[in-house]
Amino acid sequence: MIFFIEVVLSGLMAGVMYSLVALGFVLIFKASGIFNFAQGVMALFAALTLVGLMEKFGMPIWLAIIGTIAVMIALAWAIERFMLRPLVNQEPIILFMATIGLAYVLEGMGDILWGSDVKMLDLGIPQGASDWMLDSFDIYIEKLEIFAAATAAVMVTFLAIFFQKTRIGRALRAVADDHQAALSVGISLNTIWVIVWSVAGIVALVAGIMWGSKSGVQFSLSLIALKALPVLILGGFTSVPGAIIGGMIIGVGEKVAEIYLGPIIGGAIENWFAYMLALAFLLFRPQGLFGERIIERV
Amino acid sequence: MIYRETGQFKANYQDDQALFPIAQDRYVILAVLLVTFAVVPLLLNQYWLNAILLPFLIYALAALGLNILTGYCGQLSLGTGAFMAVGAFSVFKLMTAIPELGFIPLVILSGLITAAVGTLFGLPSLRIKGFYLAVATLAAQFFLIWLFNKVGWFFNYNATGMITSPPMTLFGVIVTGPSADPVAKYYLVAGFVALFALFAKNITRGRIGRNWMAIRDMDIAAELIGVRPLIAKLSAFAVSSFYVGMAGALYFAVWLGSAEPTEAFDINQSFLVLFMIIIGGLGSVLGSFLGAAFMVTMPILLKNIMVDGLGTDTALAAHIEIITIGVLIIGFLIVEPHGLARLWRIAKEKMRLWPFPH
Repeated sequence: MIFFIEVVLSGLMAGVMYSLVALGFVLIFKASGIFNFAQGVMALFAALTLVGLMEKFGMPIWLAIIGTIAVMIALAWAIERFMLRPLVNQEPIILFMATIGLAYVLEGMGDILWGSDVKMLDLGIPQGASDWMLDSFDIYIEKLEIFAAATAAVMVTFLAIFFQKTRIGRALRAVADDHQAALSVGISLNTIWVIVWSVAGIVALVAGIMWGSKSGVQFSLSLIALKALPVLILGGFTSVPGAIIGGMIIGVGEKVAEIYLGPIIGGAIENWFAYMLALAFLLFRPQGLFGERIIERV
Repeated sequence: MIYRETGQFKANYQDDQALFPIAQDRYVILAVLLVTFAVVPLLLNQYWLNAILLPFLIYALAALGLNILTGYCGQLSLGTGAFMAVGAFSVFKLMTAIPELGFIPLVILSGLITAAVGTLFGLPSLRIKGFYLAVATLAAQFFLIWLFNKVGWFFNYNATGMITSPPMTLFGVIVTGPSADPVAKYYLVAGFVALFALFAKNITRGRIGRNWMAIRDMDIAAELIGVRPLIAKLSAFAVSSFYVGMAGALYFAVWLGSAEPTEAFDINQSFLVLFMIIIGGLGSVLGSFLGAAFMVTMPILLKNIMVDGLGTDTALAAHIEIITIGVLIIGFLIVEPHGLARLWRIAKEKMRLWPFPH
């Protein structure tokens, strides 16, 4: 029983890590209807920049983080100016392909700027097993994962307040609801897009820090985007809580399946199991758990 | 002036329903076929045939398949790499089990097997749409590749997990395996592609193709006027997978010679083919060819320019290459989101009016 709880808990924690990536997707999809495939590469790029600033320029951690945030905002501006603005009003698939192009550009740029070798990211985030959990409940949990879960909670709270209570947040929701109506009441789409991509960039930085601390900053970091996709379709493309809960369901499902089902059918199933799980959910709720109801008219 | 249908009268229904109703089109197609089959093999050396024309033709076939699904029927799929793998592994199993059937029937058979698998993975399309469907097709991508990697039966329990195509002959000439003659391989693939491009042109203008396009443009409206979504969507998945499977079979058996599922058929393969149809033009047979040509030749060209021309370091060149490809793709989408086929259409319109501006 203890073992099962341990599996479920570590699944929940791993799920939160997926949610961190999925969150960036949701933000951009909500505000611009763009399925941003570059989110994973953005996380890699942010983590690379952070490590690069610390190593090459010897910046202290806080300065490097501020510097990276500045870089991500500059990137958001460049993306809006040179990619989104000329492509406004195009089909979703065209925008999707453009973000794949963007992923290529960022991948190459990150490698040229900061080198393509594996880097360690050490921000002083606690590592190893949590002693308290181990002593009082006899359950093994990584400190890093608890830290990630706490960060995710803080970030979601912050995002919720930002979306619900601030002026910009209201403008963001207006744009998400209806581009044209938002334009006609005087909201500048271009500014909103820069803001959304900046926020997504910062979320990518957080995801990059967590994943980078866990397994080093390297190219495979960009593949976590593929891990986040089933979370997205499970939770719905447009829902922030969906991204979190979807992430947890996927995390738990994956861990439980890996341990109890994996040995039976040959192991290494984590690549596709999440997709199958999400697919099964989709057959019952085509818009995901929390997605907006799809209403179609002729 | 050059491209004008004036004076070409359609006197009977046969003329009216011709595949290429305008005479100029027929001449151009004939000329292209003539160049493909008579001139190219004489003029070009082995490098050109092997490194550029073979992948171009094979990818064009795959792009045709994906274009049927995405361009004509509007169902976005990211599982092309996996379906190519299904074709490759089917043809491998068939080549080792029943080689006496001959190579061409085996390729077609592996296309049919892929069609069955594709229809199975197309079932969710009846329920989910758009990007949700695209992500759902990724399930096929990861699951099938895992399956081919894990289950020994698929690669005949080979210790390396690789599949290698045994030599097979066609009319007494070796067409697969390492000792095959490039010209023979070229003729085989070009024949396949020409035949099935013609078939695609035909099927997309007929009843099935029109049903697909109705589903693409608005599925609810299509349903109301009597198009059955089940049949239309699944047939699109089947035909598309048939093409992609044959492309995968040729890709492995004729071009690569040996393949390993996680590398040769990974998700980048799916994206590559998707880029081809977007850059070539969605919903256009010609576009599939143009897109494949663009995506196959561009990286080779970039590499040649940078490494041989400018003497850039190869690692740096690889990074610059990937950036350039990304920038080109974005730039291309901005300049012409409807693809190269659209440029050709505009050019035809210009030729029609020439020398007058309107």
